[in-house]
Amino acid sequence: MFDLDPSVIVRAMPALWNGLKFTLLLTLVAMSVGIVAGTLLALMRLSHNRAMRGFALAYVTVMRSIPLVLVIFWFYFLMPLLLQMAFGTERPVQIGPVVTAFVTFCMFEAAYYSEIIRGGIQSISGGQKQAAAALGLRPTQAMMYVILPQALRRMAPLLLTQTIILFQDTSLVYVLSIADFTGAASKFAQRDGRLVELYLFVALVYLVICYLLSNLTKRMKRNMGRTA
Amino acid sequence: MDYSWNWGIFWDAAPGESSSYLYWLITGTSWTLATTLAAFTLAFLIGGLVGTLRTSTLRPLVWLGNLYTEVFRNIPLLVQMFICFFVVPELLPVSLGDYLKQDLPYPSFFSAVVALTLFTSAKLSELFKAGIESVAAGQRGAALALGLRPTQMYLQVLLPQAIRVVFPPLTSEALNTLKNSSVALTIGLMELTAQARNVSEYSFNTFEAFTAATLIYVVVSLLVTFVMGRIERSLTIRGATR
Repeated sequence: MFDLDPSVIVRAMPALWNGLKFTLLLTLVAMSVGIVAGTLLALMRLSHNRAMRGFALAYVTVMRSIPLVLVIFWFYFLMPLLLQMAFGTERPVQIGPVVTAFVTFCMFEAAYYSEIIRGGIQSISGGQKQAAAALGLRPTQAMMYVILPQALRRMAPLLLTQTIILFQDTSLVYVLSIADFTGAASKFAQRDGRLVELYLFVALVYLVICYLLSNLTKRMKRNMGRTA
Repeated sequence: MDYSWNWGIFWDAAPGESSSYLYWLITGTSWTLATTLAAFTLAFLIGGLVGTLRTSTLRPLVWLGNLYTEVFRNIPLLVQMFICFFVVPELLPVSLGDYLKQDLPYPSFFSAVVALTLFTSAKLSELFKAGIESVAAGQRGAALALGLRPTQMYLQVLLPQAIRVVFPPLTSEALNTLKNSSVALTIGLMELTAQARNVSEYSFNTFEAFTAATLIYVVVSLLVTFVMGRIERSLTIRGATR
């Protein structure tokens, strides 16, 4: 049998803490940008403009039909070329793995959040829209002040569930050799040959954080049932 | 943009091999399909069982089912793959660990299937639990009143109804399993995404390689959706209302 050496974790702690901070930052940024961009995409999907509807549908469908790892590779390859085209520079603009990770996760999550938000908007009864119109609100105002606030509140547990998935998915920046929480543990584990302790510890930390968050979503759902 | 396009790249011979780049993508697709199919079938059975146990009246079984679900749902798939591949062989008795590390063919495939099965079955157990609970509570009472044993009640009354309720989300979990199988490249399984990156690194025709992989994923997704749709339709009972 293998003998565990817990002191490895203590030695790795500074690196792991830095990694965890990166993971949390990436999650928060991707969540914020993803929800804002996702709302815009959802509004485009529901608009009367054909071109906008088509664009949003294509964007969401493509993003959701390929694996995240492949999306990360796509962006890592494409973004330097796109920036080169945009700014007319001579060579592809190298932006590095960290910026790639932030942009990729924001764009990827927007597609998933937009589907949740679209469902939320459609679940608000038509009477709300008519009531807003009867009060003299323009369609934009009705959306901003009447429908969206209700939709987002109703979808809050699902948005949080998606954020938990996002938090777990950020570990895939491993393929760009970024020292996020998993990446930091992996680097330390391979250097010191202590894979068992470090990977089990990483799993435990993820388990605790995600378990607490998923309990929070359950409580949110229960509270909503009470007030509605 | 000075990128040299070459859509004919797939018919070129891959370096060091007599086969073409296209062959790399085909073997990659086969590994992706094998991993997805094995993991989803196992996850369907295990997830169905665990989800059923969680709705039973036997406290210890409910507790165990909940524990299983929470553990495997709340650890990232990547970390579960690392644990199955690097950690488990170390923790097992030496002879068994050595067998897994040295003699087992395709170690990364088996680790990937185990990790993907655990991860997916936890999600499916949640789905099945919700499905069984959504079948009216009266069904349970009626089955018991008719004198059915618990096993009969589940197999003949609750599960046949629950499976029809959960079918649409089951289809999207099948698609998730297909996409999640790409995480196995981190433990060295040469599945589709890994092979696409391989083609791009050897030929420098990154755009073509990734486009091919993207199209293959889209086609396989459509195929999965089609097959699941056929199964769903074959399960539909005409005249039944829900």
